[in-house]
Amino acid sequence: MSLDTLPRATRSSHRRGRPPGRRWRSRLDVKAMPYALVSPYFILFAAFGLFPLAFTLYYSLYDYDLAGTTEWAGLDNYTALLGDEDFWRAVINTIGMFVIATVPQMLLALFLANALNKRFKLRLAIRMSVLLPLVTSVVAVAVVFTQLFARDWGLVNWILSWFGMDALNWRAERIPSWIAIATMVDWRWTGYNAIIFLAGMQTIPRDLYEAAAIDGASRRRQFWQITLPMLRPTMIFVVLNSTIGGLTLFSEPTTFYNGNVDGGSQGQFQTVAMFIVKEGFREFDYGYAAAAAWLLFLLILIGAAINFLFVRRIGGTR
Amino acid sequence: MMISKRRGGLAAASVLAAAALTVASCSSGGTSQSSAPASSAPAEPVTIRVQTFGGGTNFGYEKAVAKWNAEHKDIQIKHENLTDQFEQVYWPQMIQWLTSGNGAGDVVGIDEGGMGLAKAHPEWWADLKEHGLESRKADFPAWKWETGVASDGKVFGLGTDIGGMSICYRTDLFKKAGLPTERDKVSALWPTWDAFMKVGQDFQGKVKDTKWADGTNTLYQVVLYQEAAKNGNVAYFDQQNNLIVDKNPAVKTAFDFAQKMTQQGLTAKLRNFTPEWAAGTQKGAFATLGCPSWMLGVVSGNAGESGSGKWDVASVPGGGGNWGGSWLAVPKQSKHPKEAAMVADYLTQAQTQASIFADFGNMPSNTKAQQEPAVQGAKNEFFNDAPIGEIFAKSASSLQPVFLGVKHAQVKNAIESVIQGMDDGSVAHDKAWQQLVDDAVKAAG
Repeated sequence: MSLDTLPRATRSSHRRGRPPGRRWRSRLDVKAMPYALVSPYFILFAAFGLFPLAFTLYYSLYDYDLAGTTEWAGLDNYTALLGDEDFWRAVINTIGMFVIATVPQMLLALFLANALNKRFKLRLAIRMSVLLPLVTSVVAVAVVFTQLFARDWGLVNWILSWFGMDALNWRAERIPSWIAIATMVDWRWTGYNAIIFLAGMQTIPRDLYEAAAIDGASRRRQFWQITLPMLRPTMIFVVLNSTIGGLTLFSEPTTFYNGNVDGGSQGQFQTVAMFIVKEGFREFDYGYAAAAAWLLFLLILIGAAINFLFVRRIGGTR
Repeated sequence: MMISKRRGGLAAASVLAAAALTVASCSSGGTSQSSAPASSAPAEPVTIRVQTFGGGTNFGYEKAVAKWNAEHKDIQIKHENLTDQFEQVYWPQMIQWLTSGNGAGDVVGIDEGGMGLAKAHPEWWADLKEHGLESRKADFPAWKWETGVASDGKVFGLGTDIGGMSICYRTDLFKKAGLPTERDKVSALWPTWDAFMKVGQDFQGKVKDTKWADGTNTLYQVVLYQEAAKNGNVAYFDQQNNLIVDKNPAVKTAFDFAQKMTQQGLTAKLRNFTPEWAAGTQKGAFATLGCPSWMLGVVSGNAGESGSGKWDVASVPGGGGNWGGSWLAVPKQSKHPKEAAMVADYLTQAQTQASIFADFGNMPSNTKAQQEPAVQGAKNEFFNDAPIGEIFAKSASSLQPVFLGVKHAQVKNAIESVIQGMDDGSVAHDKAWQQLVDDAVKAAG
């Protein structure tokens, strides 16, 4: 390494006591370092997001038997799916469970957050405790709820019997199975959303409430007129996340049926994600499953768009 | 279920990335390292993972494995029973492992329903001939051996147990209903399946809170295998692998029987091999159960200590039949095929199979084991000292194999779901047969 090859500027800086290459390095620092620092995300995204997406798209155009042959199929998988009543049943199940899980969950989380947003003793401990369900493993949750919703000797059926109701077969009837699974989902995720709402609520300036109080607005009115509108960005975030989570629902309904992706004897609570796993890894029809995965992707985009438009109106100017 | 997928995805991604890095570093550095000192360093004990499926005591390997591990310090067996559900959980997972070349144990159990597919994919399996196990051919009935030979002639599977049929019943519940409890008299109650249902109605008339049978599927299978033996020994596929669900009278007969059982309200509506079914066994939710020999271990395992002495074994209506049995195979991906083959060899030896039968009831497929006095004279303590050797071993040599196609596991699951749906009320009785045929066609396609 001879100094002669260094640019003039470097040499002059060297004369001023700077070690050689320092400036070059610092330029590298400034230019490349940020990219290097954010690159893990992009590398991970490319490896585990983009690549599978493209790979799935590629194989959705093939008749790809996981335990056999691969043949070009064009759009056959997609046309077959659109005419497959099992697929549509899974779509309806998914949307149905999403709706009955998410609506009460949002409301509950909102009111829970509102309650937690006040001053009271052991505030931190109680705020932390709403997150507890989240850290329990989904399998443990499912085991407990599976027991609660058992047809024979189940707690829920026992309680229903107090009101003279017949024992429900929670895995055989469609709507009850949705309710059981939605309960499981809500138990796990309501607290999580409440904490996010709470964080959002704490960014709302106090003086808005003070001004409203001076103007004589009641607590309830303050909630509807100040909290909700100011919470809109948080709410959009939460609802979009819920949409993605809800439409890809898999673990709860699967564990509810002993790890079986059939979702009931007649697919009573089989979700699209379960349908994909069943077609891909049990029927070995990987191309078909890949096509279903792409349709699920579209479904999520549509769902997210609808919810986004809906939430944007919440608490808006009337 | 907010975000779970995304967060899970991210977490999984980072774990995978870390794992990928570890694997990469291990495999690049590992090969050069391990090849050199392998011969000089003292031999680490080789661990052979044996993966099986099934409820209760499943393959009955508990004692056999303990015995081997005590005698072989250099080769240790680690037995994992992965799940109680073969078609829905175990086999799909196994196929993923086999096709991806990673994850399967060194010795894996395969139910008869998976053997069609296993035979068609010799590339998944190690050739047991290379480990001298062709010498075992004489130990098994021809059909049991042939099923373990792949399409290219590779020997990949060694037989474990075979079917044989009986009816397990609860003596305490029979007593409660005023029925005889002694096994010969009980057997005499039901020469035919119609008689079996008639006794069931009597039972149901006297006992309200308990059902006559566990569900539709167990008995459906028993009848199906009996009928298959009368219809060319085929079930859902003919020998050319064509779907014959709607043409094989065996399927319709078994279906009609299952339908009658549920119409008459004789079932506890439990699907076999589920936790609810196991709980029902324990809590006495039903009085009878179709029992191939290996089911004895499932029942005693599910019922636990408290059930001991309450159960007994009677003969099955309508003669014999062969529900299943399993094989052990060594996946090609095993790092220790030689040791794995030794373990598979050991677990299928006459002595091992005989002691498994005596302890748990899984009927040996090994013909030498079947001849052993210990098997012929075996009594099962859990089942009221029932002479299971007499019940099962006598007919073992006459058992006929039932041909099962490549896609048997998928079709079986589809059909069982319809039959179960008929029981739980989600499939209308008058539409059930058509749906069974349609779903079977779909699953086979």
